[in-house]
Amino acid sequence: VPNAIFRDGVRRLVQEEGAQLVDVLPHEEYEEEHLPGAINIPLQELDREMIARLNLDAPVIVYCHDYQ
Amino acid sequence: MSPRAAWRLEGLGFERVYDYVPGKADWFASGLPKEGRLALVPTIGDAARWEVPTCAPVEKIGVVRERVRKMGWDRCVVVNKERVVLGLLWEKELSSDSKARVEEAMRNGPATFRPNEPVGKMAKRMQDREATAVLVTTSDGRLVGLLYREDAEELAGMQT
Repeated sequence: VPNAIFRDGVRRLVQEEGAQLVDVLPHEEYEEEHLPGAINIPLQELDREMIARLNLDAPVIVYCHDYQ
Repeated sequence: MSPRAAWRLEGLGFERVYDYVPGKADWFASGLPKEGRLALVPTIGDAARWEVPTCAPVEKIGVVRERVRKMGWDRCVVVNKERVVLGLLWEKELSSDSKARVEEAMRNGPATFRPNEPVGKMAKRMQDREATAVLVTTSDGRLVGLLYREDAEELAGMQT
């Protein structure tokens, strides 16, 4: 079951465990602004081919705009 | 959107998946760094004065006034131990009864703005409302700084 995480947890997990940030918004929104180091995999494109960009062994943090 | 993505990633074999529920709106509203085209747009967080004096609600006005004036300021932000903004002391309140507690004299619940607001838009708003300064806080109410209109206008390149 995916865990909810909040700002301080995101910072800690990225700094201490090299968590991978994934912005699941459309490309245009990602290009406008995103969290430092985040990669963009829009929800509609989230498949086995796209996740090859991710390290299976490291934590993954997904986010969108807000409570959507 | 992100909960569905998190479930999908779990289904694709990832064991440690987290959903940053409040999302990037929360991140940017906290004044944390960003990347992308809009990262170059100046924000009110860039112009706010972070060194603004603060005091606790239980302090005496006289003590706070002396401290604030020594720092060369004429206003003070009232915060709790978590640095959450509770009120404001402007010159008028700072000049009130020295023995009164801050919480008795302060202006309660001042309006606050998030640090990721574009500075040009805020400078215009402050001009329209003739506001000399506004408070900048994170989305959970923690003090970032005090934004003076002159600083906002300067950064936005619209000095009058």
